[in-house]
Amino acid sequence: MIDKFLFLFFAVLMIGSAIMMVTRRNIVHSAVYLITTLLATAGIFLQLKAEFLFVVQIILYVGGIMVLFIFVIMLVNLDVAIRMVQFSRQGFVAGILALVLAVQIFLALWIGRAGLPAPAIHAMPPKNTEAVAEALFQHYMLPFEIASILLLVAMIGAVVMAKRRV
Amino acid sequence: MNGPLLFFLDHIWLIPLFPAATAGIMLLFGRRLQNSAVSALCVGSVFVSFLFSLGAFFQLVAMPVGERLATKILFEWIPAGPYHMLDGKLANFVADWGLQLDPLSAVMILVVTGVGFLIHVYSIGYMAHEGGYYRFFGYLNLFMFSMLMLVLANNLVLLFVGWEGVGTCSYLLIGFWFKKKSASDAGKKAFIVNRVGDAGFLLGIFLTSALLGTVRFVDICAALVACHFSLGDPRITAIALLFFVGATGKSAQIPLYVWLPDAMEGPTPVSALIHAATMVTAGVYMVTRANALYQLAPSAMAVVAVIGALTALFAASMGVVQNDIKKVLAYSTISQLGYMFLALGVGAFASGIFHLMTHAFFKGLLFLAAGSVIHALSGEQDMQKMGALSAKIPTTFRTMAVATLAIAGIPPLAGFFSKDEILGRAFQHSHALWFIGWITAGMTAFYMFRLLFLTFYGQSRVHHEVEHHIHESPNSMLIPLVILAVLSVVGGWIGIGGRFEHFLEPTMRIQRHVVAPHLGPPGAPETKREEIVEHAEETTPAAPSEELILMGLSVGIALAGIGLAWHLYLKRTDLPGQIAQKFHGFYELVFHKYYVDELYDALFVNRAKDLGLALGSFDRVVVDGAGVNGAGWLTRFVSRLSMWWDTWIVDGSIRLGSFMVYALGFVSKFLETGYVQNYMLLIVLGLIGFLAYYFHLAHHLLH
Amino acid sequence: MNAAPVPADWYLLLSLVLFAIGVVGVLVRRNVIIMLMSIELILNAVNINLMAFSRLWADVNGQVFAIFIITDAAAEAAVGLGIILAFFRNRETLLSDEMDLLKW
Repeated sequence: MIDKFLFLFFAVLMIGSAIMMVTRRNIVHSAVYLITTLLATAGIFLQLKAEFLFVVQIILYVGGIMVLFIFVIMLVNLDVAIRMVQFSRQGFVAGILALVLAVQIFLALWIGRAGLPAPAIHAMPPKNTEAVAEALFQHYMLPFEIASILLLVAMIGAVVMAKRRV
Repeated sequence: MNGPLLFFLDHIWLIPLFPAATAGIMLLFGRRLQNSAVSALCVGSVFVSFLFSLGAFFQLVAMPVGERLATKILFEWIPAGPYHMLDGKLANFVADWGLQLDPLSAVMILVVTGVGFLIHVYSIGYMAHEGGYYRFFGYLNLFMFSMLMLVLANNLVLLFVGWEGVGTCSYLLIGFWFKKKSASDAGKKAFIVNRVGDAGFLLGIFLTSALLGTVRFVDICAALVACHFSLGDPRITAIALLFFVGATGKSAQIPLYVWLPDAMEGPTPVSALIHAATMVTAGVYMVTRANALYQLAPSAMAVVAVIGALTALFAASMGVVQNDIKKVLAYSTISQLGYMFLALGVGAFASGIFHLMTHAFFKGLLFLAAGSVIHALSGEQDMQKMGALSAKIPTTFRTMAVATLAIAGIPPLAGFFSKDEILGRAFQHSHALWFIGWITAGMTAFYMFRLLFLTFYGQSRVHHEVEHHIHESPNSMLIPLVILAVLSVVGGWIGIGGRFEHFLEPTMRIQRHVVAPHLGPPGAPETKREEIVEHAEETTPAAPSEELILMGLSVGIALAGIGLAWHLYLKRTDLPGQIAQKFHGFYELVFHKYYVDELYDALFVNRAKDLGLALGSFDRVVVDGAGVNGAGWLTRFVSRLSMWWDTWIVDGSIRLGSFMVYALGFVSKFLETGYVQNYMLLIVLGLIGFLAYYFHLAHHLLH
Repeated sequence: MNAAPVPADWYLLLSLVLFAIGVVGVLVRRNVIIMLMSIELILNAVNINLMAFSRLWADVNGQVFAIFIITDAAAEAAVGLGIILAFFRNRETLLSDEMDLLKW
């Protein structure tokens, strides 16, 4: 019962924030709404009893990525962008297509929904973080290292890209 | 036979070669030579030929009568091979470059080289101040070569080569002063009219080879004997008539005489040599050479005689009213040639040749003397502007007087003998023909003495500027005149007693075998026939008194002609003008040569020009129009077609290619907008499509 | 509290809706920063999906995968923003319509 309630709360928050984010004129407002969306996502994670990812989501996504976004937003000129037309000319067609896509996927899910079992809560290990660590550092060691290299490359790339030409 | 005795006979081929060689030298180097070198070479070569001819003649005479035939075949010229004759038999055509010397050709080469030599000497003086000296002598030598080939040929084809050669040289020499239009026109006229005759001659040669299988003279005679043609056979008559057509062209008889008066445009030595002594006699020679054929075709001989007689009369009538001294002589030549053909036509072949020889002497002399007069008068040829020259140019006058007496037929000069012989034989054959010849003799005497009186006697009508320059000709011109004058006096004496005729008998004798079978009753033994032939051949008429009467008549009418001329042109010089006034129409007709030239112009010359114009317009309209222009139009049309093809189909396919690319690009253009969100849209679109494709697997989705 | 757990298809539906909003955001907005942010949204939707199924099948692999996705999103956001910044310095524009250098 509480699960459902929590779920609905976070879901509504998420979707609402998402819609707000997509439709704001002011980029900063959009960023803030994205933050709330991400926080709501974290809540969903928590509700799914994945504590580690809940924390990771907040620290990485909100604390890292969104801060980066805000920095960049600050670096670019806002005033000009605010007065511009916000929605592109393909908006209508895009909306239709997205709708079609959504309906399509929905239908697919609807047709196949019978196969879904109930969530097996009790089967989940009680210590989430340890489980994740175990899986990550034992089975997924290589992808982990590769991911770190990827981050290194991204870092270098971002530095090079954003560097002022001297 | 001894070697040296036959030297000249073996080397008769050198006789035409000497003038040919010098003609060649003139052609190649003549321009660079001095006049004296040219004279030495050209006149010298003719002289050498004359010596060789003399040598050959004596060597021939030294041989027995029956063997007087020397043949020298140099090489086989046209070995054409076997062919079918008219009657289907197989014959082998061969025309060799061969020369033969028999009494007839011996007479001819002596006349040609002898008179030719004298005229060459004369030309040294006459042409001394003219341009183109080497060219003149080159042509003259070329002519000598052609004429000698003509008379020495042993077959018809080689004879024809010489025939054409003399025609060409005549054209070249008549038109010697080619910058003068009348001269070049006259040359063309001579050649073209000759050509008409030559066509007939050529047909005759073809018919001969088709009928008899050979063109060699000795073989022709043999074939005529072997084939037993009947008298008056139409094929033989046809050949004879065709040959005579050629003779009318070359020897200026009716109807192809019109070129000879115009030929007087050439230098006087040319007129003397070619149009008096030699070339024009080629026809007479040719008919005599073919006398075997003629004797088998009496109708052809009748034609020859009639035309000869008519021509003689006709030409004499025109000579009476001419004022140009050379034109008078030209018509006189035509008239005398008529006499020769008259002789041939009545069967007196030897008489014809005899007259040919004497005519060469006195006509050659007349022309040379006329040339001397013209030279003395600085080019004046109109007799109306001459007169009282007898004292001023005495040698010329005296030699010309001798020649005039000779041609008038006054004994004992040469002309009397030859002409009288002809008239005598004509009388035996037909009184009408004799009458025409007799009247013509009178006219001849008349116009010749008219010429003499107008030129040398009476008042001097000479233009006073010319009068100052009157001078006698140089010796180079006078000596030939004197020599020819002597020949004109003694030349006839050869013929006394029928010696000339006996000399020429071998030429006729061969034919005897041909004619004999046809005379006398059929079935008579051979010896009887020989006798009949002997009798028929004899020239003496039944009564010697008849002969004397005829002689008297000939001399009589000649004297009458002279008297009339003396009366009209010395005594009462006003009379000719009055007569001309009285018979104005007739006078005009004769003066304009009976308008024959105009008639020929209208009938033939203008028609030929019309044909030329018609063909020209055909060429312009059809060939150029349809052909060339048509081809041009066609090409342009085809090019337009291919241009269309190129533009629409070839280019079109290329443009189609580019259009396809454009079309594809047009479609693909929208895919590459450079606009990221469009790309994203396409990704979504793809995703939708992807999912739609696998939609049927949806119920497996969550297993 | 384990009573009446949330049915799994609710998570899927949520994920779908979020995904749809993210797609719309990418396709419709002209501002590239918002496009990037919408992409983050899409990634989040995927994360939710993963987590839901990881919970459903009691498999921790889903969560690990989600960690990797987050890592990836971070790297991508960094580089993307670097690019936008560089582009902004050249063209002075943030609108994707005006970023059409690849189009001739």
